[in-house]
Amino acid sequence: MKTVNAWLPALSAILAILVDYGVGNIDKHMPAKHPYFMYLLVVLLGVFTISALLSYFNLKVKKWIEDRSLFIAVTILFLNIINIVTKKLGLLPVIFFPTLDKILSIIVEDRDFLALCLSSSGKLLFTGYIFGAIGGFATGIAVGFSNSANYWISPLIRILGPIPATAWIPLVLISFPTTFTASAFLIALSVWFPTTVMTSSGIFNVRNAYFEVSSTLGAGKYYQIFMVGVPAAMPHMFIGLFNGTCASFITLMTAEMLGVKNGIGWYINWQKEMMAYANVYAGLIIIAVTFSILITLLFKVRDNVLVWQKGVIKW
Amino acid sequence: MVGKIKVEGVVKRFQQQNAEEVIALSGIDLRIEAGEFVSLIGPSGCGKSTLLRLIAGLNGADEGKLYIDNEEIKKPSYERGLVFQDPMLFPWLSVYDNVAFGLKARNIYKTNHAEVQKFIDLVGLSDFSKSYPHQLSGGMAQRASLARALVNHPKVLLLDEPLGALDAFTRMNMQDELIRIWKERGTTMIMVTHDVDEAIYLSDRVIVMTPRPAKIERCIDVQLARPRARNNPEFLSLRSKILEILHFTGTVTEPNYYL
Repeated sequence: MKTVNAWLPALSAILAILVDYGVGNIDKHMPAKHPYFMYLLVVLLGVFTISALLSYFNLKVKKWIEDRSLFIAVTILFLNIINIVTKKLGLLPVIFFPTLDKILSIIVEDRDFLALCLSSSGKLLFTGYIFGAIGGFATGIAVGFSNSANYWISPLIRILGPIPATAWIPLVLISFPTTFTASAFLIALSVWFPTTVMTSSGIFNVRNAYFEVSSTLGAGKYYQIFMVGVPAAMPHMFIGLFNGTCASFITLMTAEMLGVKNGIGWYINWQKEMMAYANVYAGLIIIAVTFSILITLLFKVRDNVLVWQKGVIKW
Repeated sequence: MVGKIKVEGVVKRFQQQNAEEVIALSGIDLRIEAGEFVSLIGPSGCGKSTLLRLIAGLNGADEGKLYIDNEEIKKPSYERGLVFQDPMLFPWLSVYDNVAFGLKARNIYKTNHAEVQKFIDLVGLSDFSKSYPHQLSGGMAQRASLARALVNHPKVLLLDEPLGALDAFTRMNMQDELIRIWKERGTTMIMVTHDVDEAIYLSDRVIVMTPRPAKIERCIDVQLARPRARNNPEFLSLRSKILEILHFTGTVTEPNYYL
């Protein structure tokens, strides 16, 4: 990869600009108000020209760009090809495959409404997630440390846990006062199960000698639970949280498409029914970016909490 | 002086999976004086680790009683510190926080926190207090685990093959370290070991145990001046005496101690 030129992304952007500028459009598409794809390409060209120039002076930038230049260049080429296939040649059905200009124009021009949808999705997701995660930790710790909790709750987890949270929709939507509380409950349920299972299994797997050592150091029962059991089970807990996060995204989207009357999932479903596929793609892009940011955040938190694990377990 | 251990008629049985009973200890009587350094030695299965766990309070005896300073031992306590062969440092805590664990658990960290650094210095880990356990070598980890047990000022320090996993040179260094700490603190030390040389080098008294049934075969006083030389003739004669006891009892068909 070392021979890959730092200028590749910029070159790929120039190629795409030339194609978009020089090749004639097919007139099957509704034109967007502004050439947004061109704007995006110009921004990309600017960014990658500057980083290519900087790579001569700064080793960090050089390393960063050289590691990624081929990937970025190919990604821009891919957008270029999509542009050719849709806007330039119209090879795909126009209704389902709008131009990149159109999709970007939705993100720009519809941004207020999209932000509103995103924030209502976010509110729902976080409400459910917080309750689900706290409930999952609490149940997992109880099952992990208390024999009677294990006896009574474990079978319940085994029977109720594997049912996908979305399967409860018909029941939950009629038993909760609002669709918001109903959906928050479903999301909480989908986070709760993996968090509980991984927390308790993490605690079951803690080496008994840690508890023995801590008891000879003067630690009482609760000190052992929270200062030995919980930190030792923390790597498992994060796996549970990660699985729970993925499950919560699925539940959020399904809940919004089926019952809730706002949010980004609802937006996509609504636009689909209106046959406005540019809006559907815009919604999907926003979901992809948001969820990927959330997962990255979770990983950052994990790396900070589990700093002691570096060198013990590789991820 | 505190830290006197009394073991009276202790019997310990374990249930195996096929419901058969194994007698881990059969009628052990033992007195260990305050400030004494005692080694428990014997082949695998002679119950020396079991005896140590009973003194620690991690397991209860089926018959008989154990006392520390005439008080019955019923559960684990910081008064009886324990060091395993595996250092068992908490991997999520730095060396400093590992050593501070006992003080924090007993809620006396605020008033005694100066002790933490003192014991880290005592075991020679001053430069590593911020390191995590996975960054330490075996010997360093074992020093840290010694400091962690010592910071509580235990009356008795129980050592379960503490140097068993170390290489020969680190091991000899750590033996001198143990002697130094023992002299400085005057803590009663009870050490389980497989190594006859180590037992003679360190202890005031070597307790030889034999398996099937697991019992104390003989107590041997080591009346050699310290610091001891490993090639002293008396040292060597003690060594062959202990080896003979382990050999000729006839209960061991195969010698499974390590030379």
